[in-house]
Amino acid sequence: MTDAAWEALSNQAVAAAGVVYFLAFLAHLVELSAVRRVAEPAVSEEAAGDVVVATGGPAAPDRAHREALFGRIGVLLTGVAALVHLLALVARGMAADPNRVPWGNMYEFTLAGTFVVAALYLALFRRYRLAWMGPIVTGIVLTLLMVAVIWLYLPIAPLTEALYSPWLVIHVVSAVIATGAFTLGGITSLLYLVKSRAGAPDGAAGGYLSRVPAPVDLDRLAYKLHAFGFPVWTFAVLITGPIWAHQAWSSYWSWDPKEVWAFITWVVYAAYLHARATAGWRGRNAAYLALVGLATLWFNFIGINFFSSTSQHSYAAPEAPATAVVEVVRR
Amino acid sequence: MSDTRRPGELTLRELARWTWRQLTSMRTALVLLLLLALAAIPGSVIPQEGVDALKTQQWRDDHPSLTPVYETLGLFNVYGSPWFAAVYLLLLVSLVGCFVPRIAVYSRALRAQPPATPARLDRLPDHASYRTDLAPGEVLDRAQRALRRHRLRVQDESGGGSVSAERGYLREAGNLLFHVSVLVVLIGFAIGSLLGYRAGSIVIVGNGMANTLTQYDEFDPGSLFSADQLDDFFLDIEDFDVSWIQDGPSQGQARGFTSHVAYAEGVDEPQDYDLRVNHPLTIGDTTVFLIGHGYAPVITVRDGNGDIAYSGPTIFLPENQSFQSIGVVKANGARPTQIGLEGWFYPTYAFTDESGPFSVYGDLKNPAISMQVYAGDLGLDSGTPQSVYALDKSNAELVTKEDGSMFRVDLAPGQTQELPDGLGSVTFERVERWNKIEISQTPGKLIALGGVVLALLGLLGSLFIRPRRAWVRVREDEQGTLVEVAVLDRAGGDDVAAVLEELVADLQREEKTS
Ligand code: HEM
Repeated sequence: MTDAAWEALSNQAVAAAGVVYFLAFLAHLVELSAVRRVAEPAVSEEAAGDVVVATGGPAAPDRAHREALFGRIGVLLTGVAALVHLLALVARGMAADPNRVPWGNMYEFTLAGTFVVAALYLALFRRYRLAWMGPIVTGIVLTLLMVAVIWLYLPIAPLTEALYSPWLVIHVVSAVIATGAFTLGGITSLLYLVKSRAGAPDGAAGGYLSRVPAPVDLDRLAYKLHAFGFPVWTFAVLITGPIWAHQAWSSYWSWDPKEVWAFITWVVYAAYLHARATAGWRGRNAAYLALVGLATLWFNFIGINFFSSTSQHSYAAPEAPATAVVEVVRR
Repeated sequence: MSDTRRPGELTLRELARWTWRQLTSMRTALVLLLLLALAAIPGSVIPQEGVDALKTQQWRDDHPSLTPVYETLGLFNVYGSPWFAAVYLLLLVSLVGCFVPRIAVYSRALRAQPPATPARLDRLPDHASYRTDLAPGEVLDRAQRALRRHRLRVQDESGGGSVSAERGYLREAGNLLFHVSVLVVLIGFAIGSLLGYRAGSIVIVGNGMANTLTQYDEFDPGSLFSADQLDDFFLDIEDFDVSWIQDGPSQGQARGFTSHVAYAEGVDEPQDYDLRVNHPLTIGDTTVFLIGHGYAPVITVRDGNGDIAYSGPTIFLPENQSFQSIGVVKANGARPTQIGLEGWFYPTYAFTDESGPFSVYGDLKNPAISMQVYAGDLGLDSGTPQSVYALDKSNAELVTKEDGSMFRVDLAPGQTQELPDGLGSVTFERVERWNKIEISQTPGKLIALGGVVLALLGLLGSLFIRPRRAWVRVREDEQGTLVEVAVLDRAGGDDVAAVLEELVADLQREEKTS
């Protein structure tokens, strides 16, 4: 296959994955609508009047069945979409000459990041009973993929030379994995806040929230996701990043804006873990910290490129040919 | 009864005091961590001296009224400023103050046996009880087996009718290791910033440099740096290769570049090395990096008397991916007036009416210079330092044709052009290349790296080892044996209810199988 064919395949696969994520999202919406009706038995009984005895019986199991069925279809479709998504990534790497890892710019990084979010969700689905997360994960992945295709798309190009390093592979893989875990953790913390604000201890909130686990369980799950993400982020940002920077730019830590924000993210998540062991900070405040952490993470990935042009991590703009332009002063 | 209670109360009080101390300082640590994150923000928005000196200078020029304020606040050097230092030093003090006592507590706890069974297990948040027909001694035997299977360290208190068990001692060790390693990282980082240095030098390919302060174009030493730290070596850039991207959307950009250098330390024999991006050269304690390259057109300026007023490779700085580069020539020896040139170098010159002149390709396919000429006082004799990449035009005039229309020096290699008014002539001899070399010493980097690796190991232990205590107590009464089980999670975040359920199920299963 030629490079152009690989590139076309990658673009088609992204589009196909988007469509399948969308179908998965729809399936989850149908699933939710079933839940909503189950959760409002009073209304349907009144409306049905006398015939309740006849139809009310089979109707509820029917809906429960529909809920389970569409839930399963949603997860299955997400799995299919994730496979196609993976194909898009691989094809993107094959399209480059020489072949390379598919994360040389923001478009590719977004593809990789969203893939990890979907894959991690699927991998943890059974273990942590993540069925409630389905609509949110498919929705977010779909949105980010659209953002990537519409605003971030770049034709395939070789990496600038500084990016050819085995450390880059390890650095970015771990950063992307941590980003996926933090994103799932952030979703969980957000729902923890919403659910505990709704004030309903368990299930009584109705609608979508009745599907979401109790706040205690959400809090514990959020902790597990963050506790997984934090060491991986530490590895990416404070070990492999500096090693790579030292090789490429002579200084293992130079307070470049991208580094500063990676550090800020690290400190905020450290504060989150601390908060969980600090009286008066457990629960709500810790969850807010987790959301602040997620905001700094995403800001660093997307926002900082538009704020600062001094970053050597110039994913957004093509790198200037001489990495550093010097000012020589004659005295 | 009172005998079993008193130690319980004591440890409770101890625990309360210990927790109180812990909580107060934990909160401080948390606030300081958040402060550290906040304090780091300005440095990512305001250009920093140490990151991009050129941009910082531009910012100062654009904001004359804000600059003095920012300067007083240290905002151009946030990460070296006293207030940033105050935050992390406070954090360090809190860390040491917090962890010295904890290490002591931990080393005592390591030797201690699992704590005695509390008097009232049903006061613990997670407890269960069931009845059985087995004799109490038999139940406790089985409980010990089950607890060991759950990998808890067991303390037999059968005499008092109970078993006490604990696991996860290493969690605290991991936590201590993590926090102590944070200190180690900071020490390594501090050594690097105090004793290290970074220097840059632009070298014309074919030339060399000795590693001395005078050969550096930029120099950024740590505050404890001393010049005798410099390793004694020289470096010759013998040859330089660039491979260009021939097709595709990035056509014309450099794919990769390599400097073929020879270097020698002290009086040693010279050795060859291929210097590339991601492939630095280490000489003694010094590391040498290739971080950029560009073109240096060789330009000769003759003055009105016909004497050579300037001649040599002139460093032009690339402005874009196709190496359109900007540069100046200062012929301050020219008579009767000094001559300055300012303008562009195009490695592959092209021209369209819409875009004017531009470079289509980074490689040297059709090199050309196009420069404007200034005559007058270039301000070099006033003694104030001047950038070699900028022309001081305040006392010099733009040279035009006799009729007042625009005049430019447009030359291909080998060509010469006369200047109007008998000012002299400019010759574009040929093109050479330059490399930007960065030279640095970063002592303490292995300390910092070792520190982070240890911190990560400690972190893994601290996050994934679950410390737990469990107790089983039996009491005999008329109806048989009452078994009470309790589990205490010592870290938070554990699903204790599930663990308890599992343990009870295990105890009862043990009963059925035997
Ligand atoms: C240099 C700044 C600090 C950083 C980056 C930091 C980071 C962390 C992190 C990431 C954790 C989570 C690991 C775990 O749960 O065991 C943690 C836990 C902890 N830290 Fe710190 N910490 C710092 C300073 C301090 C200070 C000054 C104290 C003293 C009060 C402290 C006391 C603790 C304690 C007691 C835990 C265990 C919490 C638990 O039981 O879950 N830390 N720290």
